Amino acid sequence: MSVLKSAVGRKVIMAVTGFFMVFFVLMHLLGNSTIFIGPEWINSYAEHLHDLPVVVWPFRGFMFVMLCLHVFFGITLTLENWGANPGKYAVSKKLKTTFAGKTMIWTGLLLLAFILFHLLHFTLKVVPEVPQVLDELGRFDVYTMMVAGLLNRVVAGIYIAAMIVLFLHTSHGIQSIFQTIGLNNERTLPKYNLAAKFLSAVFLIGFSAIPVLIVTWIIS
Amino acid sequence: MSEHTAHETMTLKLIVWRQKGPDEPGRFETYLARDITEHHSFLEMLDVVNEDLIREGIEPIVFDHDCREGICGTCSQVINGLAHGGQTRTTVCQLHMRKFKDGDTIYIEPWRAKAFPILKDLMVDRSALDRIIQAGGYASVNTGAAPDGNAILISKEDADYAMDAAECIGCGACVAACPNGAAMLFTGAKVSQFASLPQGREEGRIRVTGMLQAMQECGFGNCTNHYECQAACPKGIDVKFIARLNREYLKTLFM
Repeated sequence: MSVLKSAVGRKVIMAVTGFFMVFFVLMHLLGNSTIFIGPEWINSYAEHLHDLPVVVWPFRGFMFVMLCLHVFFGITLTLENWGANPGKYAVSKKLKTTFAGKTMIWTGLLLLAFILFHLLHFTLKVVPEVPQVLDELGRFDVYTMMVAGLLNRVVAGIYIAAMIVLFLHTSHGIQSIFQTIGLNNERTLPKYNLAAKFLSAVFLIGFSAIPVLIVTWIIS
Repeated sequence: MSEHTAHETMTLKLIVWRQKGPDEPGRFETYLARDITEHHSFLEMLDVVNEDLIREGIEPIVFDHDCREGICGTCSQVINGLAHGGQTRTTVCQLHMRKFKDGDTIYIEPWRAKAFPILKDLMVDRSALDRIIQAGGYASVNTGAAPDGNAILISKEDADYAMDAAECIGCGACVAACPNGAAMLFTGAKVSQFASLPQGREEGRIRVTGMLQAMQECGFGNCTNHYECQAACPKGIDVKFIARLNREYLKTLFM
């Protein structure tokens, strides 16, 4: 049976694509963190990144493939799992699973919607409208774009809500990666669980800090 | 001191899934379990109820049971939403009525999974687990003279690991408790048991691919790492055996 049809094979695809996306989120957070240092840093970071189209475009293509595979197998596996468990119990209690674990498909779909919104907002700069100006060194002013874009409380609220959803998704997802690729046992499982929650909390705090600090005029 | 003495009896309200046959629609029926003492096991309590039902001219509740010692894996009921009743490392037959109190309402349902069609009332067809075993859950032994017991040395560590995996009694509680109706803990335990022993490694590749294929063909779902299976397992089979199964599968792709 091919990997693309196998129960474990498809889960491994979920794990590997998920791993790369977590890695991307971490890199994205590190990049975004330059905003805390000042406009000079984030504008310079963005310019250097876009000066490397031979790296940026293949990387974007790679991440797009990762996302598509993750979404496709996430949806098909979930539908299969629903089909495998058609008769629900009148009384159902769970002993071990978490809210995050039970809502992976929903947090996943919400994140997909957020990714589309985020790309339209800050990458394609279409909706909602953001100021596109140059800084004093003639570079695209990412800092002004972000501050102006996130000053709207509704938009800032969407970003913070999305980061809570990301926290839920990765807190189950990161430990799942190791179990699915077979690098797990009774000693490592609690450690993976802890590491997943820690990294997810770093994502939540790190990314949410940006809209929170902008809305409160600490970054302006 | 227990809440009930030997002379005190309990009356319980049972809400039981009744289904005449595999293709018949099922429904819940309510019965009273009278004269139950704390010493009755859960199955003995059902025996008492069935005696009453027979006297009343009602067809008794069908449920699977065999050894009633917690080792055969035949009993299979979801009690108040938990496979085997939720007492840690305990099968239904070893669950005792001292865990309940007079006046309790108890929901009793069969295992529910696409791969386990209901045959009647609380009895389901678990032959899907046998089909997974038939697809590779064995080590072939050539005929001839019995091999020397000490010819292949096995470390205590490996033997213990294999015994932990071999504790699985194949009751299907993992499937019943899994939100996805997956049989990964069962399959993982069987694959790990053989994979950790030299006799099993010979057929490791065909075992893991065969058993996984059978698992899918039987209509079981896919694991999403909820770990409900381990919590429900009356033998405490660890989810590390699912990780081992995943590892053994990945080996077939690269080795």
